[in-house]
Amino acid sequence: MIALLIRELRLALRSGGGAGLGLGFFLIVVMLVPFGVGPNQQTLGLIAPGILWIGALLASLLSLDRLFQTDSEDGTLDILALSPMPLEQLVAVKAFAHWLTTGLPLVIMAPVLGLTLNLPESAYIWLIASLAAGTPALSFIGAAGAAITVGVKRGGLLLSLLVLPLYIPTLIFGAKATSLAADGLDPMPAFTLMAGLTLFTIALTPFAAAKALRTHLT
Amino acid sequence: MSIWEFANPVRFMRLSGRVLPWVTGLALLTLLPALIWGFFLTPNDARQGATVKIIYVHVPTAFLAINVYFMMFVTSLIWLIRRHHVSALAAKAAAPIGAVMTLIALITGAVWGQPMWGTWWVWDPRLTSFLIMFIFYIGYIALWAAIDDADKAADLSAILCMIGSVFAIISRYAVNFWSQGLHQGTSAPLIRPGEETQVSAVFWQPLMLSIAGFFLLFLALLLLRTRTEIRNRRINALRAREA
Amino acid sequence: MSLKLTSLSCLRGGRTIFNDISLEISPGEAVLLRGPNGAGKSTLLRVIAGLIPAANGKITLNDTPFTHRDDFQSQLTYAGHLDAIKPQLTVAENLHFWAQLFNAENLTQTMDDFRLTEIADRPAHACSAGQKRRLGLARIAVTSRPLWLLDEPTVSLDTETTARFSATIDAHCAAGGMAFIATHIDLGLTAPRTFEMQAHKPSDSAPEHDPFLKGDWT
Repeated sequence: MIALLIRELRLALRSGGGAGLGLGFFLIVVMLVPFGVGPNQQTLGLIAPGILWIGALLASLLSLDRLFQTDSEDGTLDILALSPMPLEQLVAVKAFAHWLTTGLPLVIMAPVLGLTLNLPESAYIWLIASLAAGTPALSFIGAAGAAITVGVKRGGLLLSLLVLPLYIPTLIFGAKATSLAADGLDPMPAFTLMAGLTLFTIALTPFAAAKALRTHLT
Repeated sequence: MSIWEFANPVRFMRLSGRVLPWVTGLALLTLLPALIWGFFLTPNDARQGATVKIIYVHVPTAFLAINVYFMMFVTSLIWLIRRHHVSALAAKAAAPIGAVMTLIALITGAVWGQPMWGTWWVWDPRLTSFLIMFIFYIGYIALWAAIDDADKAADLSAILCMIGSVFAIISRYAVNFWSQGLHQGTSAPLIRPGEETQVSAVFWQPLMLSIAGFFLLFLALLLLRTRTEIRNRRINALRAREA
Repeated sequence: MSLKLTSLSCLRGGRTIFNDISLEISPGEAVLLRGPNGAGKSTLLRVIAGLIPAANGKITLNDTPFTHRDDFQSQLTYAGHLDAIKPQLTVAENLHFWAQLFNAENLTQTMDDFRLTEIADRPAHACSAGQKRRLGLARIAVTSRPLWLLDEPTVSLDTETTARFSATIDAHCAAGGMAFIATHIDLGLTAPRTFEMQAHKPSDSAPEHDPFLKGDWT
């Protein structure tokens, strides 16, 4: 299990930009917003929580299609399926590795970008907390989507179509927690709902993803 | 004789072939009178004027939009557990019908909302939920279309349908949390006519008939499309045998 | 200790790949699987490995029926056309991962046997096709499982390496192992048996298995 995690991290770091790619994408998406809505500090501060969350959402989607695709193409998936490790565990480890390489850097990066968007001071703690608790759900939902679209023509596009609607609840609660904190209100209701949703996702999606992978092997 | 007998393609074809003309006829005999009654023979609403008559299309299609997805959930589950091909193909056949019903509900909602709320679209929880629903339908249809192997496509889209159903319910509550809406309470009070509800019996009776009509229309389309899908599979199987 | 196939058949996409295969492999035996292209050799190996479900028939391995998937799969190892190698990892890292996943110990010995020690630190993308193949086969040897399922193992190997590999198979069989090998060439094994697969007419058995063919459709 540790072996698989280490291998996944090594692969992510060594293949073309790895974690940096997602971060760069996040930076660009967030940077584009002021160009679109104008440089007004007040407007930016108002929409900052939403922008940061949507940026994180898109950035974590970026590397998802490779989660199982390369393993399927080079025959690794066959051997992994024959290994003593259950596929459910395999999915969970890979999703966790995906979070470590894309989600976690976003959590660290987000406050810096929040500064550029004039995010109110009271919101930073909750921005970090909500992203830290919410982005694992994105990786795990994404893993299920990636497992379903392995080996499908134009899988990447299809993956976005399938996965993005599933991100909606996490986005709603996550952005709400941040913006409630920005308005000086109590963010706990939104935050706890989101944390619960993340736990639920982590518990549920590996089974769906493993089922999908088994279908692909045949 | 159990209900699973109809899961056999041959039996299903035989039975559905016999039933289809009747269901189609019944659907037309219910839907046409219901719409004529609703559109021309009911009075205008005191506040909403003639706009209220959109209800005879809007409510039945919205009702189907949700229930078709639920039907897909059930048939997908049956496929995953019992491997009945007809069940998987029925889910496949239902999806485009459900998507169109959702789209009609959204469009009629917009047309209705414009004079009522002064805008075509508001990010109201109910409207947003239907939009999400529509995207789920599109994703499901796209997945079926993207995979060549029929059994594999059935498996994967069934898994997607399971995940989608769970998240559709979560989304529904998340969206409620996100925004309080303009949309009137719920359609459920419509079913209990009386002084305390918003809709009076004059509107209620043709509406019930219209819902029944749309439901029968869905049933007819579903049977027709499932038959087409089964024939399609048979053609492929025959081709594979010739090759 | 034996592998036993009883009237095994396989159906994919409504098409019969093979039908009514019966075979027994006893301990210490290497069986060469031969047959024309499209006879279903690769599929047969994948069915035995449990990667593709059988339509009919039974497989038992050392008295474990293949319905006990985990116990069954823990006694075999499989090498398909693809080597399951990650180009970003070094040769040693690639092999080390599989060794850890399959709880194998004799890593250094295997590295020597397959002449991988001298290229251990080379990234796999810099390896030649033959070197990659050697790495892929080393995975088989390292897992120390009784049944080896090999699909065209000697593709892109030179004569010397082929001979070495044949010796490895012989050693495995001499130690009481079994090998089932799809191959077109003569491996030079000491006492191989040959199992021939016939090219199959899809029409032979499809009707009774395919729900869209059987029954009265008129």
